Amino acid sequence: MMRHLISAADLTRDDAVLILDTAEEMARVADRPIKKLPALRGRTVCNLFFEDSTRTRISFEAAEKRLSADVINFAAKGSSVSKGESLKDTAQTLEAMGVDAVVIRHGASGAPYRLATSGWIDAPVINAGDGTHQHPTQALLDAFTMRRRLIGPDAGLGQGLDGKRITLVGDVLHSRVARSNVDLLHTLGAEVTLVAPPTLIPVGVENWPCEVSYDLDSTLPKSDAVMMLRVQRERMKAAFFPTEREYSRRYGLDGDRMARMPGHAVVMHPGPMVRGMEITAEVADSERCTVVEQVANGVSIRMAVLYLLLGGNEPAVTHPAPATTPATKRSAPASASRIEEK
Amino acid sequence: MSKILIRGAQVLGGEPQDVLIDGSEIAEVGQGLAADGADVVEAGGKILLPGLVDLHTHLREPGREDSETVLTGTRAAASGGYTSVFAMANTFPVADTAGVVEQVYRLGKESGYCDVQPIGAVTVGLEGKKLAELGAMHESAAGVTVFSDDGKCVDDAVIMRRALEYVKAFGGVVAQHAQEPRLTEGAQMNEGVVSAELGLGGWPAVAEESIIARDVLLAEHVGSRVHICHLSTAGSVEIVRWAKSRGIDVTAEVTPHHLLLTDELVRSYNPVYKVNPPLRTERDVMALREALADGTIDIVATDHAPHPHEDKDCEWAAAAMGMVGLETALSVVQHTMVDTGLLTWEGVAERMSWAPARIGGAAGHGRPVSAGEPANLTLLDPAYRGAVDPAGFASRSRNTPYEGRELPGRVTHTWLRGRATLVDGKLQ
Repeated sequence: MMRHLISAADLTRDDAVLILDTAEEMARVADRPIKKLPALRGRTVCNLFFEDSTRTRISFEAAEKRLSADVINFAAKGSSVSKGESLKDTAQTLEAMGVDAVVIRHGASGAPYRLATSGWIDAPVINAGDGTHQHPTQALLDAFTMRRRLIGPDAGLGQGLDGKRITLVGDVLHSRVARSNVDLLHTLGAEVTLVAPPTLIPVGVENWPCEVSYDLDSTLPKSDAVMMLRVQRERMKAAFFPTEREYSRRYGLDGDRMARMPGHAVVMHPGPMVRGMEITAEVADSERCTVVEQVANGVSIRMAVLYLLLGGNEPAVTHPAPATTPATKRSAPASASRIEEK
Repeated sequence: MSKILIRGAQVLGGEPQDVLIDGSEIAEVGQGLAADGADVVEAGGKILLPGLVDLHTHLREPGREDSETVLTGTRAAASGGYTSVFAMANTFPVADTAGVVEQVYRLGKESGYCDVQPIGAVTVGLEGKKLAELGAMHESAAGVTVFSDDGKCVDDAVIMRRALEYVKAFGGVVAQHAQEPRLTEGAQMNEGVVSAELGLGGWPAVAEESIIARDVLLAEHVGSRVHICHLSTAGSVEIVRWAKSRGIDVTAEVTPHHLLLTDELVRSYNPVYKVNPPLRTERDVMALREALADGTIDIVATDHAPHPHEDKDCEWAAAAMGMVGLETALSVVQHTMVDTGLLTWEGVAERMSWAPARIGGAAGHGRPVSAGEPANLTLLDPAYRGAVDPAGFASRSRNTPYEGRELPGRVTHTWLRGRATLVDGKLQ
């Protein structure tokens, strides 16, 4: 496994399964009266958010706190340019403060990659969403949710999603969630189909490891999970589709369409949902919709990622006794060997 | 001025000859010329070319002297073997009046390293709405003949038509930066397989090709000539080839970087590869090389675009577009065109000196290497191999995509009207 988590495409199948299995352990902690592990005690994690994202930020924060890390939230809204301070200077400021890991959300595709590879800082970098590029922890929590629902929390341990048919519907062009999911689901053995109007499918999609369809109705009966992507109303203004109503009619998921899905199939959404646009309230609030579960799973996945990238030599859950030694912060990212041992 | 004897140089890559410079002119070209008190430059194994002419340089002065000045830019030009550069108009203030072009012209004269021919803006403030005083710029001391809104496209078809027509009165030419603006809103890189993966806004080939198609038809309709800046796609090549076959008076340029680099490099998210038009695909690169070889593309122009370090040491979207190119252009052309057998050295002279001088009307440049001509000359060691080290650049900026890359050839000497501006690779 790598030192950083920048792209879902960087994960091997073994890496991904290990993260999912570790998240399963973390999920059990959530059922305990005291939802806290000492694994990252004395470590400082900075949530560096250049874009507003309350959901993702508090999910990471909850994960960090459950692992006993010290948390710094740095909300640098707006681009580095408009703010006047460069990403590099911000990063070096955090480095000087002794941050052990940086969780970054940035509006510019590639910003986390630059942060991790430009020599600006040494700390591990976790991508919490960059532009329209990647959002790897989202893909991991989605895969985790699918594995739990379609295979089972215990039965799924050690497994991928082989042969599962996953359909992603909506604004693929502007979606980092779609890109991350296509990469990870393919790695885990699933068969992915993207469904969208042609205007919202990127030129160059032919190299992606997935199928593309413009027709939702014919795809639904062949889906084990259907993930609805958020469609921003502003897209309409740029002529990606004529009207909100036409989009809903052709690509929205309502009760009738949900009934065309196999009985076991689930409906997913990365949130926030635009009810009435890509998904009706009837579907969003149904038993088959995993949106709330995805949020809970997000904390487990982020705990697993933080633990595996930063956890050093302490077992996470099974033997939670000894405290970590905060003095040697640079020895922390021994995650590679740590994971192979496991 | 004393005499200089260049001994044993392969003139235009031909048989070794001696070239005697007397004052500002070439006095004699032949074999076994007597030194007769002249300073002798031993040039065995080296290639002697006419001084290079760059039709597309950004010198940044006035306004962005932190990235380049006329002095540093012309020093970079001399280092790269150039004796004449055309300075683009997108300065601050924009070179859209006689006053600004005369300032740039005067700064060029003062530098003494390389002749500077200012390019005038087509429209006021490069805004594409109102013609700048093209005639006044032409009649100024700078004698502007090339007009361009480079950096921006003259996208309004009527304005473009009028500009093409208007400059005919004084033999001017409009150099178009072909980029349909609506198709390239938010564009960050070539639109294709790589942009789909990286999630960077796409700059589709059609945004360039549609403007070129329109402009060659406009040029045909009004009987004007048109020059296409930094052509970057295989489709653009096809359109220009078709236009030429139809007799349309169109000329086109390609940059060295579009002859070598592809959008695969953007996977690094390193903004040193961010440039406009963007790096394209391998297929485009091969089409551009072929077009330069067969004459569809007339010239190589650097689009030398210096930027300060902080404008490249950042995330991709925040970074400035452009690459420096004056000091590596000839090496890249040797690597992509000569060492591959696509062009002879005489072909290089045509595409990097004679043709750009003709298109831009650079008096005294782009001349034959023969007696009685101005001694604007470049001497190159084609056997040299070395990694590009931006620390050694004369340019004020270091934003080269070739850092650490081994490229062949090295300019050792440059003479501007008989004055050595570069000797043994050192600026004088």
